[in-house]
Amino acid sequence: MKFIDIKNCYKVYKNGVTAIADLTLSIDKGEFVFITGASGCGKSTLVKLLYREEKPTKGIVMVGGINVVKLYNSKIYKLRRKLGIVFQDFKLLPKLTVYENVAFGLENLGMKSKDIKIKVLKALDRVGLKEKTRSFPNELSGGEQQRVCIARAIVNEPKLLICDEPTGNLDPKTSKEIVKVINSINKDMGTTVIMVTHDKEIVNSMKKRVITLENGVLTNDSTKGSYTADESN
Amino acid sequence: MIRRKEVIRPMKAIRIFRRNVANAFKSIFRNFSLSIASIICTTITLVIVSIAMIVSVNVNSFTKDLASTLTILVYVDKNATEDDINSIKSKLLEIKNIKSDELLYKDKETLKEETMQKTDKNSSLYSIMKTWTKETNPLESEFIISVKSIEELEETATTIEKIDKISNVQYSESVVKKMIPVFDIVKKVTIAIIIGLIVVTIFLICNTIKLTIFARKNEIEIMRLVGTSNFVIKLPFVIEGLFLGIIGSIIPIIATIWGYIISYDKLEGYFFTNFIKMVNPMPTMIYISLALLLIGSLVGMLGSYTTVRKYLKI
Repeated sequence: MKFIDIKNCYKVYKNGVTAIADLTLSIDKGEFVFITGASGCGKSTLVKLLYREEKPTKGIVMVGGINVVKLYNSKIYKLRRKLGIVFQDFKLLPKLTVYENVAFGLENLGMKSKDIKIKVLKALDRVGLKEKTRSFPNELSGGEQQRVCIARAIVNEPKLLICDEPTGNLDPKTSKEIVKVINSINKDMGTTVIMVTHDKEIVNSMKKRVITLENGVLTNDSTKGSYTADESN
Repeated sequence: MIRRKEVIRPMKAIRIFRRNVANAFKSIFRNFSLSIASIICTTITLVIVSIAMIVSVNVNSFTKDLASTLTILVYVDKNATEDDINSIKSKLLEIKNIKSDELLYKDKETLKEETMQKTDKNSSLYSIMKTWTKETNPLESEFIISVKSIEELEETATTIEKIDKISNVQYSESVVKKMIPVFDIVKKVTIAIIIGLIVVTIFLICNTIKLTIFARKNEIEIMRLVGTSNFVIKLPFVIEGLFLGIIGSIIPIIATIWGYIISYDKLEGYFFTNFIKMVNPMPTMIYISLALLLIGSLVGMLGSYTTVRKYLKI
Protein backbone atom coordinates (compact mmCIF):
# COMPACT_ATOMS: atom_id res chain seq x y z
CA MET A 1 0.00 0.00 0.00
CA LYS A 2 1.19 3.51 -0.84
CA PHE A 3 1.86 6.01 1.94
CA ILE A 4 -0.62 8.47 0.47
CA ASP A 5 -3.44 7.18 -1.66
CA ILE A 6 -6.03 9.49 -3.17
CA LYS A 7 -8.71 7.94 -5.37
CA ASN A 8 -11.34 9.74 -7.46
CA CYS A 9 -11.40 12.60 -5.06
CA TYR A 10 -13.67 15.62 -5.40
CA LYS A 11 -13.91 18.72 -3.29
CA VAL A 12 -16.75 21.10 -3.94
CA TYR A 13 -17.06 24.07 -1.56
CA LYS A 14 -20.42 25.26 -0.27
CA ASN A 15 -20.34 28.22 -2.67
CA GLY A 16 -20.27 25.77 -5.58
CA VAL A 17 -16.58 26.14 -6.46
CA THR A 18 -14.98 22.84 -7.45
CA ALA A 19 -11.48 22.92 -5.99
CA ILE A 20 -10.52 19.32 -6.72
CA ALA A 21 -12.03 17.21 -9.49
CA ASP A 22 -11.58 13.47 -9.94
CA LEU A 23 -8.07 13.40 -8.53
CA THR A 24 -6.26 10.11 -8.28
CA LEU A 25 -2.77 10.19 -6.90
CA SER A 26 -0.41 8.11 -4.85
CA ILE A 27 2.82 8.99 -3.10
CA ASP A 28 5.39 6.56 -1.71
CA LYS A 29 7.05 6.70 1.65
CA GLY A 30 10.14 8.90 1.62
CA GLU A 31 9.23 10.75 -1.59
CA PHE A 32 9.75 14.49 -2.13
CA VAL A 33 6.88 15.90 -4.17
CA PHE A 34 6.24 19.42 -5.42
CA ILE A 35 2.66 20.48 -5.99
CA THR A 36 2.50 23.39 -8.39
CA GLY A 37 -0.12 25.30 -10.27
CA ALA A 38 -1.62 28.72 -10.70
CA SER A 39 -3.38 30.53 -7.86
CA GLY A 40 -6.76 28.98 -7.12
CA CYS A 41 -5.95 25.72 -8.90
CA GLY A 42 -6.59 23.65 -5.78
CA LYS A 43 -3.05 23.14 -4.43
CA SER A 44 -3.85 24.31 -0.94
CA THR A 45 -7.15 22.42 -0.91
CA LEU A 46 -5.26 19.25 -1.81
CA VAL A 47 -2.89 19.55 1.14
CA LYS A 48 -5.76 20.58 3.42
CA LEU A 49 -7.42 17.28 2.53
CA LEU A 50 -4.26 15.49 3.63
CA TYR A 51 -4.22 17.02 7.09
CA ARG A 52 -8.01 16.93 7.31
CA GLU A 53 -8.60 20.64 7.51
CA GLU A 54 -11.09 19.95 4.72
CA LYS A 55 -13.13 16.85 4.06
CA PRO A 56 -13.49 15.58 0.45
CA THR A 57 -16.97 15.74 -1.05
CA LYS A 58 -16.41 12.38 -2.72
CA GLY A 59 -13.60 9.87 -3.00
CA ILE A 60 -10.98 8.25 -0.80
CA VAL A 61 -8.03 9.90 0.94
CA MET A 62 -5.66 7.59 2.82
CA VAL A 63 -2.68 9.00 4.71
CA GLY A 64 -0.30 6.59 6.42
CA GLY A 65 -3.02 3.96 6.66
CA ILE A 66 -5.62 6.36 8.09
CA ASN A 67 -8.81 6.89 6.13
CA VAL A 68 -9.05 10.66 6.41
CA VAL A 69 -12.62 10.75 5.08
CA LYS A 70 -13.95 8.64 7.91
CA LEU A 71 -12.05 10.49 10.63
CA TYR A 72 -14.26 12.20 13.22
CA ASN A 73 -13.53 15.82 14.09
CA SER A 74 -12.68 14.81 17.64
CA LYS A 75 -10.09 12.28 16.37
CA ILE A 76 -8.24 14.56 13.94
CA TYR A 77 -5.42 14.99 16.42
CA LYS A 78 -4.44 11.35 15.90
CA LEU A 79 -3.71 12.07 12.23
CA ARG A 80 -2.00 15.39 12.94
CA ARG A 81 0.44 13.79 15.37
CA LYS A 82 1.76 11.72 12.47
CA LEU A 83 2.51 14.71 10.29
CA GLY A 84 4.21 18.08 10.42
CA ILE A 85 2.83 21.18 8.72
CA VAL A 86 4.76 24.27 7.60
CA PHE A 87 2.88 27.40 6.53
CA GLN A 88 3.65 30.44 4.46
CA ASP A 89 2.71 32.71 7.38
CA PHE A 90 4.70 30.63 9.93
CA LYS A 91 1.86 30.55 12.52
CA LEU A 92 4.20 30.99 15.47
CA LEU A 93 2.95 32.18 18.84
CA PRO A 94 4.44 35.64 19.38
CA LYS A 95 4.38 35.43 23.17
CA LEU A 96 6.32 32.17 23.31
CA THR A 97 10.08 31.84 22.84
CA VAL A 98 11.58 29.79 20.01
CA TYR A 99 12.05 26.87 22.40
CA GLU A 100 8.49 27.11 23.72
CA ASN A 101 7.06 27.34 20.21
CA VAL A 102 8.80 24.13 19.16
CA ALA A 103 8.00 22.37 22.46
CA PHE A 104 4.35 23.48 22.29
CA GLY A 105 2.95 20.33 20.67
CA LEU A 106 5.08 17.91 22.68
CA GLU A 107 4.07 19.43 26.00
CA ASN A 108 0.47 18.70 25.25
CA LEU A 109 1.31 15.07 24.53
CA GLY A 110 2.34 14.61 28.15
CA MET A 111 5.99 13.93 27.33
CA LYS A 112 8.64 14.26 30.05
CA SER A 113 10.39 17.66 30.15
CA LYS A 114 13.77 15.94 29.77
CA ASP A 115 12.66 14.15 26.59
CA ILE A 116 11.06 17.31 25.25
CA LYS A 117 14.33 19.20 25.73
CA ILE A 118 16.32 16.57 23.84
CA LYS A 119 13.83 16.54 20.94
CA VAL A 120 13.46 20.31 20.73
CA LEU A 121 17.20 20.97 20.75
CA LYS A 122 17.71 18.26 18.13
CA ALA A 123 15.06 19.82 15.87
CA LEU A 124 16.44 23.33 16.36
CA ASP A 125 19.93 22.04 15.64
CA ARG A 126 18.72 20.51 12.39
CA VAL A 127 17.32 23.84 11.20
CA GLY A 128 20.40 25.71 12.46
CA LEU A 129 18.73 27.71 15.26
CA LYS A 130 20.19 26.11 18.35
CA GLU A 131 21.61 29.45 19.45
CA LYS A 132 18.26 31.25 19.36
CA THR A 133 16.20 29.15 21.75
CA ARG A 134 15.41 32.08 24.03
CA SER A 135 14.52 34.59 21.32
CA PHE A 136 10.94 35.60 20.61
CA PRO A 137 9.60 35.29 17.03
CA ASN A 138 9.57 39.08 16.48
CA GLU A 139 13.32 39.14 17.16
CA LEU A 140 13.95 36.79 14.21
CA SER A 141 14.15 37.31 10.46
CA GLY A 142 11.53 35.81 8.14
CA GLY A 143 13.83 32.95 7.22
CA GLU A 144 14.58 32.20 10.84
CA GLN A 145 10.90 32.25 11.73
CA GLN A 146 10.24 29.75 8.96
CA ARG A 147 13.01 27.55 10.35
CA VAL A 148 11.30 27.61 13.74
CA CYS A 149 8.11 26.56 12.01
CA ILE A 150 9.98 23.67 10.34
CA ALA A 151 11.57 22.68 13.64
CA ARG A 152 8.09 22.61 15.24
CA ALA A 153 6.83 20.46 12.35
CA ILE A 154 9.63 17.89 12.57
CA VAL A 155 10.15 17.82 16.34
CA ASN A 156 7.99 14.74 16.79
CA GLU A 157 9.71 13.03 13.85
CA PRO A 158 6.62 12.80 11.63
CA LYS A 159 6.33 10.43 8.70
CA LEU A 160 4.99 13.23 6.51
CA LEU A 161 5.96 16.87 6.20
CA ILE A 162 3.44 19.12 4.47
CA CYS A 163 4.79 22.51 3.40
CA ASP A 164 2.16 24.94 2.13
CA GLU A 165 4.13 27.58 0.22
CA PRO A 166 6.87 27.79 2.85
CA THR A 167 8.93 30.23 0.79
CA GLY A 168 6.04 32.48 -0.28
CA ASN A 169 7.05 35.30 2.07
CA LEU A 170 10.81 34.96 1.70
CA ASP A 171 13.46 36.39 -0.60
CA PRO A 172 15.11 34.03 -3.18
CA LYS A 173 18.29 33.49 -1.14
CA THR A 174 16.44 32.65 2.07
CA SER A 175 14.00 30.50 0.10
CA LYS A 176 16.88 28.37 -1.17
CA GLU A 177 18.16 27.89 2.36
CA ILE A 178 14.72 26.81 3.57
CA VAL A 179 14.36 24.31 0.72
CA LYS A 180 17.82 23.00 1.55
CA VAL A 181 16.72 22.36 5.13
CA ILE A 182 13.55 20.63 3.98
CA ASN A 183 15.50 18.53 1.51
CA SER A 184 17.94 17.44 4.20
CA ILE A 185 15.03 16.36 6.40
CA ASN A 186 13.74 14.25 3.52
CA LYS A 187 17.15 12.68 2.91
CA ASP A 188 18.37 12.17 6.47
CA MET A 189 15.15 11.32 8.26
CA GLY A 190 13.36 9.62 5.38
CA THR A 191 10.36 11.90 5.89
CA THR A 192 7.91 12.09 3.02
CA VAL A 193 7.74 15.74 1.92
CA ILE A 194 4.89 17.40 0.04
CA MET A 195 5.68 20.97 -0.85
CA VAL A 196 3.25 23.38 -2.44
CA THR A 197 5.08 26.14 -4.27
CA HIS A 198 4.90 28.81 -6.92
CA ASP A 199 8.64 29.15 -7.11
CA LYS A 200 9.76 28.01 -10.55
CA GLU A 201 13.44 28.31 -9.75
CA ILE A 202 13.22 26.06 -6.71
CA VAL A 203 11.20 23.40 -8.54
CA ASN A 204 13.55 23.36 -11.48
CA SER A 205 16.69 23.20 -9.37
CA MET A 206 15.56 20.24 -7.25
CA LYS A 207 14.73 17.71 -9.96
CA LYS A 208 12.03 16.02 -7.87
CA ARG A 209 8.58 14.69 -8.67
CA VAL A 210 6.29 17.53 -9.76
CA ILE A 211 2.50 17.39 -9.70
CA THR A 212 0.72 20.16 -11.54
CA LEU A 213 -2.91 21.07 -10.99
CA GLU A 214 -5.13 23.17 -13.20
CA ASN A 215 -8.64 24.09 -12.03
CA GLY A 216 -8.56 21.20 -9.59
CA VAL A 217 -7.57 18.66 -12.23
CA LEU A 218 -4.20 16.90 -12.30
CA THR A 219 -2.56 17.93 -15.57
CA ASN A 220 0.99 16.76 -15.09
CA ASP A 221 2.75 14.25 -12.85
CA SER A 222 6.39 13.71 -13.69
CA THR A 223 9.32 12.33 -11.75
CA LYS A 224 12.36 14.61 -11.92
CA GLY A 225 10.04 17.16 -13.47
CA SER A 226 10.15 20.86 -13.90
CA TYR A 227 7.75 23.75 -13.37
CA THR A 228 5.09 23.61 -16.05
CA ALA A 229 2.26 25.67 -14.60
CA ASP A 230 1.08 28.76 -16.41
CA GLU A 231 3.44 31.46 -15.30
CA SER A 232 1.11 34.31 -16.18
CA ASN A 233 -0.95 33.43 -13.11
CA MET B 1 3.43 -4.25 27.67
CA ILE B 2 0.06 -3.94 29.37
CA ARG B 3 1.65 -3.22 32.75
CA ARG B 4 3.82 -0.51 31.20
CA LYS B 5 0.79 1.24 29.72
CA GLU B 6 -0.98 1.21 33.08
CA VAL B 7 1.99 2.96 34.69
CA ILE B 8 2.54 5.53 31.97
CA ARG B 9 -0.99 6.77 31.37
CA PRO B 10 -1.73 8.35 34.76
CA MET B 11 1.77 9.85 34.78
CA LYS B 12 1.13 11.43 31.37
CA ALA B 13 -2.20 12.75 32.55
CA ILE B 14 -0.56 14.27 35.64
CA ARG B 15 2.15 15.92 33.50
CA ILE B 16 -0.45 17.33 31.09
CA PHE B 17 -2.53 18.64 33.99
CA ARG B 18 0.47 20.16 35.79
CA ARG B 19 1.68 21.89 32.62
CA ASN B 20 -1.76 23.26 31.91
CA VAL B 21 -2.13 24.63 35.41
CA ALA B 22 1.22 26.41 34.93
CA ASN B 23 0.19 27.60 31.46
CA ALA B 24 -3.13 28.89 32.75
CA PHE B 25 -1.25 30.97 35.34
CA LYS B 26 1.14 32.30 32.70
CA SER B 27 -1.75 33.08 30.39
CA ILE B 28 -3.53 35.15 33.06
CA PHE B 29 -0.45 37.38 33.24
CA ARG B 30 0.26 37.38 29.51
CA ASN B 31 -3.30 38.49 28.76
CA PHE B 32 -3.33 40.77 31.76
CA SER B 33 -5.86 43.41 30.67
CA LEU B 34 -8.46 40.85 29.61
CA SER B 35 -7.87 38.83 32.77
CA ILE B 36 -8.41 41.96 34.85
CA ALA B 37 -11.62 42.68 32.91
CA SER B 38 -12.92 39.15 33.67
CA ILE B 39 -11.94 39.42 37.32
CA ILE B 40 -13.56 42.85 37.80
CA CYS B 41 -16.71 41.67 36.07
CA THR B 42 -16.89 38.62 38.35
CA THR B 43 -16.11 40.71 41.43
CA ILE B 44 -18.83 43.29 40.80
CA THR B 45 -21.56 40.77 40.11
CA LEU B 46 -20.55 38.53 43.01
CA VAL B 47 -20.67 41.52 45.40
CA ILE B 48 -24.26 42.15 44.30
CA VAL B 49 -25.06 38.42 44.56
CA SER B 50 -23.57 38.46 48.05
CA ILE B 51 -25.72 41.44 49.13
CA ALA B 52 -28.82 39.75 47.74
CA MET B 53 -27.90 36.54 49.60
CA ILE B 54 -27.41 38.39 52.88
CA VAL B 55 -30.78 40.12 52.49
CA SER B 56 -32.43 36.82 51.63
CA VAL B 57 -30.90 34.96 54.59
CA ASN B 58 -31.87 37.72 57.03
CA VAL B 59 -35.42 38.05 55.73
CA ASN B 60 -35.77 34.29 55.89
CA SER B 61 -34.58 34.06 59.47
CA PHE B 62 -36.63 37.08 60.51
CA THR B 63 -39.78 35.59 58.98
CA LYS B 64 -39.10 32.31 60.78
CA ASP B 65 -38.66 34.15 64.08
CA LEU B 66 -41.93 35.97 63.57
CA ALA B 67 -43.74 32.83 62.60
CA SER B 68 -42.56 31.04 65.74
CA THR B 69 -44.16 33.73 67.92
CA LEU B 70 -47.53 33.03 66.38
CA THR B 71 -49.19 30.39 68.55
CA ILE B 72 -52.71 29.28 69.28
CA LEU B 73 -53.71 29.10 72.95
CA VAL B 74 -56.40 26.55 73.68
CA TYR B 75 -58.04 26.85 77.14
CA VAL B 76 -59.55 23.70 78.56
CA ASP B 77 -62.91 23.72 80.31
CA LYS B 78 -62.53 23.82 84.10
CA ASN B 79 -64.55 20.67 84.69
CA ALA B 80 -62.68 18.64 82.10
CA THR B 81 -61.41 15.33 83.42
CA GLU B 82 -58.04 13.68 82.76
CA ASP B 83 -59.70 11.56 80.05
CA ASP B 84 -61.18 14.66 78.43
CA ILE B 85 -57.73 16.25 78.29
CA ASN B 86 -56.24 13.13 76.69
CA SER B 87 -59.05 13.07 74.17
CA ILE B 88 -58.50 16.77 73.35
CA LYS B 89 -54.77 16.11 72.90
CA SER B 90 -55.34 13.22 70.51
CA LYS B 91 -57.90 15.26 68.54
CA LEU B 92 -55.43 18.15 68.31
CA LEU B 93 -52.73 15.81 67.05
CA GLU B 94 -55.05 14.73 64.25
CA ILE B 95 -55.09 18.27 62.83
CA LYS B 96 -52.51 18.43 60.03
CA ASN B 97 -51.48 22.07 60.42
CA ILE B 98 -50.43 21.56 64.05
CA LYS B 99 -46.74 20.88 64.73
CA SER B 100 -47.22 17.70 66.80
CA ASP B 101 -43.75 17.76 68.33
CA GLU B 102 -44.24 21.31 69.61
CA LEU B 103 -47.63 20.69 71.19
CA LEU B 104 -47.40 21.81 74.80
CA TYR B 105 -49.86 21.19 77.64
CA LYS B 106 -49.78 23.16 80.87
CA ASP B 107 -52.23 22.34 83.62
CA LYS B 108 -53.55 25.10 85.86
CA GLU B 109 -51.15 24.24 88.71
CA THR B 110 -48.11 24.59 86.43
CA LEU B 111 -49.50 27.87 85.16
CA LYS B 112 -49.94 29.08 88.72
CA GLU B 113 -46.34 28.16 89.57
CA GLU B 114 -45.03 29.88 86.45
CA THR B 115 -47.01 33.04 87.08
CA MET B 116 -45.90 33.13 90.70
CA GLN B 117 -42.28 32.85 89.69
CA LYS B 118 -42.66 35.84 87.41
CA THR B 119 -44.48 37.93 90.03
CA ASP B 120 -42.91 40.09 92.70
CA LYS B 121 -43.05 38.19 95.97
CA ASN B 122 -44.12 41.29 97.88
CA SER B 123 -47.03 42.08 95.63
CA SER B 124 -50.63 41.50 96.57
CA LEU B 125 -51.15 39.28 93.50
CA TYR B 126 -48.45 36.93 94.76
CA SER B 127 -50.06 36.62 98.16
CA ILE B 128 -53.48 36.04 96.62
CA MET B 129 -52.12 33.33 94.33
CA LYS B 130 -50.46 31.71 97.27
CA THR B 131 -53.85 31.12 98.84
CA TRP B 132 -55.17 29.24 95.77
CA THR B 133 -55.58 25.51 96.25
CA LYS B 134 -56.05 22.99 93.47
CA GLU B 135 -59.77 23.45 93.75
CA THR B 136 -59.90 27.21 94.05
CA ASN B 137 -57.28 27.92 91.34
CA PRO B 138 -59.26 30.06 88.84
CA LEU B 139 -56.78 29.56 85.99
CA GLU B 140 -57.61 27.30 83.07
CA SER B 141 -55.31 24.57 81.86
CA GLU B 142 -54.04 25.27 78.34
CA PHE B 143 -52.56 23.80 75.21
CA ILE B 144 -49.95 25.93 73.41
CA ILE B 145 -49.97 25.13 69.71
CA SER B 146 -47.52 26.05 66.95
CA VAL B 147 -48.76 25.77 63.39
CA LYS B 148 -47.00 24.72 60.23
CA SER B 149 -48.64 27.21 57.90
CA ILE B 150 -49.37 30.70 59.17
CA GLU B 151 -51.84 31.26 56.31
CA GLU B 152 -54.09 28.53 57.73
CA LEU B 153 -53.91 29.82 61.31
CA GLU B 154 -57.50 31.04 61.40
CA GLU B 155 -58.89 27.89 59.82
CA THR B 156 -57.02 25.72 62.34
CA ALA B 157 -58.36 27.78 65.24
CA THR B 158 -61.93 27.29 63.98
CA THR B 159 -61.39 23.54 63.77
CA ILE B 160 -60.04 23.48 67.34
CA GLU B 161 -63.02 25.43 68.65
CA LYS B 162 -65.30 22.58 67.59
CA ILE B 163 -63.56 20.13 69.95
CA ASP B 164 -65.51 19.30 73.12
CA LYS B 165 -64.55 20.62 76.57
CA ILE B 166 -62.68 23.60 75.21
CA SER B 167 -63.61 26.92 76.75
CA ASN B 168 -61.71 29.31 74.58
CA VAL B 169 -59.29 29.50 71.61
CA GLN B 170 -57.00 32.50 71.24
CA TYR B 171 -54.57 33.39 68.50
CA SER B 172 -52.67 36.46 67.50
CA GLU B 173 -54.17 38.63 64.82
CA SER B 174 -51.58 41.29 65.13
CA VAL B 175 -49.68 43.22 62.45
CA VAL B 176 -47.12 40.46 62.55
CA LYS B 177 -49.47 38.10 60.78
CA LYS B 178 -50.08 40.65 58.03
CA MET B 179 -46.35 41.29 57.66
CA ILE B 180 -45.43 37.69 57.03
CA PRO B 181 -46.74 37.54 53.44
CA VAL B 182 -44.86 40.79 52.74
CA PHE B 183 -41.60 39.24 53.90
CA ASP B 184 -42.41 36.16 51.90
CA ILE B 185 -42.58 38.34 48.78
CA VAL B 186 -39.28 40.03 49.72
CA LYS B 187 -37.68 36.60 50.11
CA LYS B 188 -38.93 35.45 46.71
CA VAL B 189 -37.78 38.67 45.06
CA THR B 190 -34.25 38.37 46.50
CA ILE B 191 -34.02 34.76 45.32
CA ALA B 192 -35.11 35.89 41.85
CA ILE B 193 -32.46 38.64 41.97
CA ILE B 194 -29.77 36.10 42.93
CA ILE B 195 -30.73 33.77 40.07
CA GLY B 196 -30.95 36.71 37.65
CA LEU B 197 -27.53 37.98 38.71
CA ILE B 198 -25.96 34.57 38.34
CA VAL B 199 -27.29 34.39 34.78
CA VAL B 200 -25.98 37.91 34.10
CA THR B 201 -22.59 36.94 35.58
CA ILE B 202 -22.40 33.88 33.33
CA PHE B 203 -23.24 36.03 30.33
CA LEU B 204 -20.70 38.73 31.20
CA ILE B 205 -17.94 36.27 32.03
CA CYS B 206 -18.66 34.31 28.83
CA ASN B 207 -18.31 37.51 26.85
CA THR B 208 -15.09 38.55 28.53
CA ILE B 209 -13.66 35.07 28.13
CA LYS B 210 -14.79 35.14 24.51
CA LEU B 211 -12.57 38.19 24.06
CA THR B 212 -9.68 36.36 25.75
CA ILE B 213 -10.18 33.33 23.57
CA PHE B 214 -10.68 35.42 20.44
CA ALA B 215 -7.33 37.04 21.15
CA ARG B 216 -5.91 33.54 21.35
CA LYS B 217 -7.64 32.07 18.30
CA ASN B 218 -4.21 31.54 16.71
CA GLU B 219 -3.06 29.58 19.69
CA ILE B 220 -6.07 27.25 19.46
CA GLU B 221 -5.56 26.87 15.70
CA ILE B 222 -1.88 25.99 16.16
CA MET B 223 -2.72 23.57 18.96
CA ARG B 224 -5.11 21.79 16.61
CA LEU B 225 -2.52 21.74 13.83
CA VAL B 226 0.20 20.20 15.98
CA GLY B 227 -2.13 17.38 17.01
CA THR B 228 -3.38 18.42 20.41
CA SER B 229 -6.56 16.62 21.41
CA ASN B 230 -9.68 18.69 21.98
CA PHE B 231 -9.68 17.82 25.67
CA VAL B 232 -6.14 19.12 26.13
CA ILE B 233 -6.97 22.26 24.13
CA LYS B 234 -9.93 22.99 26.39
CA LEU B 235 -8.11 22.17 29.61
CA PRO B 236 -5.93 25.32 30.01
CA PHE B 237 -8.88 27.58 29.17
CA VAL B 238 -11.14 25.83 31.66
CA ILE B 239 -8.41 26.00 34.33
CA GLU B 240 -7.88 29.66 33.50
CA GLY B 241 -11.63 30.29 33.83
CA LEU B 242 -11.53 28.53 37.19
CA PHE B 243 -8.61 30.72 38.35
CA LEU B 244 -10.32 33.90 37.14
CA GLY B 245 -13.51 32.88 38.94
CA ILE B 246 -11.64 32.12 42.17
CA ILE B 247 -9.63 35.38 42.02
CA GLY B 248 -12.82 37.28 41.17
CA SER B 249 -14.57 35.90 44.25
CA ILE B 250 -11.82 36.88 46.71
CA ILE B 251 -12.88 40.53 47.11
CA PRO B 252 -16.61 39.70 47.42
CA ILE B 253 -15.79 37.08 50.08
CA ILE B 254 -13.64 39.47 52.12
CA ALA B 255 -16.24 42.22 51.70
CA THR B 256 -19.02 39.87 52.77
CA ILE B 257 -17.36 38.55 55.92
CA TRP B 258 -15.69 41.77 57.02
CA GLY B 259 -18.58 44.04 56.01
CA TYR B 260 -21.23 41.94 57.70
CA ILE B 261 -19.29 41.45 60.94
CA ILE B 262 -18.60 45.19 61.17
CA SER B 263 -22.24 46.08 60.52
CA TYR B 264 -23.43 43.40 62.94
CA ASP B 265 -21.18 44.79 65.69
CA LYS B 266 -22.06 48.42 64.96
CA LEU B 267 -25.80 47.71 64.93
CA GLU B 268 -25.47 45.33 67.88
CA GLY B 269 -27.24 42.56 66.04
CA TYR B 270 -30.43 44.49 65.28
CA PHE B 271 -31.27 46.14 61.99
CA PHE B 272 -31.92 49.74 63.16
CA THR B 273 -34.93 48.75 65.28
CA ASN B 274 -35.12 46.14 68.02
CA PHE B 275 -37.81 44.53 65.95
CA ILE B 276 -35.53 43.14 63.20
CA LYS B 277 -32.87 40.80 64.53
CA MET B 278 -29.86 40.18 62.26
CA VAL B 279 -28.57 36.66 61.56
CA ASN B 280 -25.45 35.74 63.52
CA PRO B 281 -22.39 36.26 61.24
CA MET B 282 -20.96 32.81 61.93
CA PRO B 283 -21.39 30.32 60.34
CA THR B 284 -23.79 31.98 57.86
CA MET B 285 -21.10 34.20 56.34
CA ILE B 286 -18.87 31.15 55.83
CA TYR B 287 -21.68 29.44 53.91
CA ILE B 288 -22.30 32.56 51.81
CA SER B 289 -18.55 32.85 51.11
CA LEU B 290 -18.38 29.22 50.03
CA ALA B 291 -21.40 29.78 47.80
CA LEU B 292 -19.68 32.82 46.23
CA LEU B 293 -16.50 30.83 45.65
CA LEU B 294 -18.50 28.01 44.10
CA ILE B 295 -20.52 30.35 41.87
CA GLY B 296 -17.35 32.22 40.80
CA SER B 297 -15.37 29.11 39.91
CA LEU B 298 -18.24 27.24 38.27
CA VAL B 299 -19.29 30.24 36.21
CA GLY B 300 -15.65 30.85 35.18
CA MET B 301 -15.19 27.24 34.10
CA LEU B 302 -18.53 27.02 32.35
CA GLY B 303 -17.95 30.31 30.52
CA SER B 304 -14.54 29.17 29.27
CA TYR B 305 -15.75 25.72 28.33
CA THR B 306 -18.73 26.86 26.27
CA THR B 307 -16.75 29.59 24.53
CA VAL B 308 -13.73 27.44 23.62
CA ARG B 309 -16.05 24.73 22.29
CA LYS B 310 -17.25 27.12 19.60
CA TYR B 311 -13.74 27.30 18.15
CA LEU B 312 -13.12 23.59 18.06
CA LYS B 313 -15.41 22.26 15.31
CA ILE B 314 -16.69 19.52 17.60
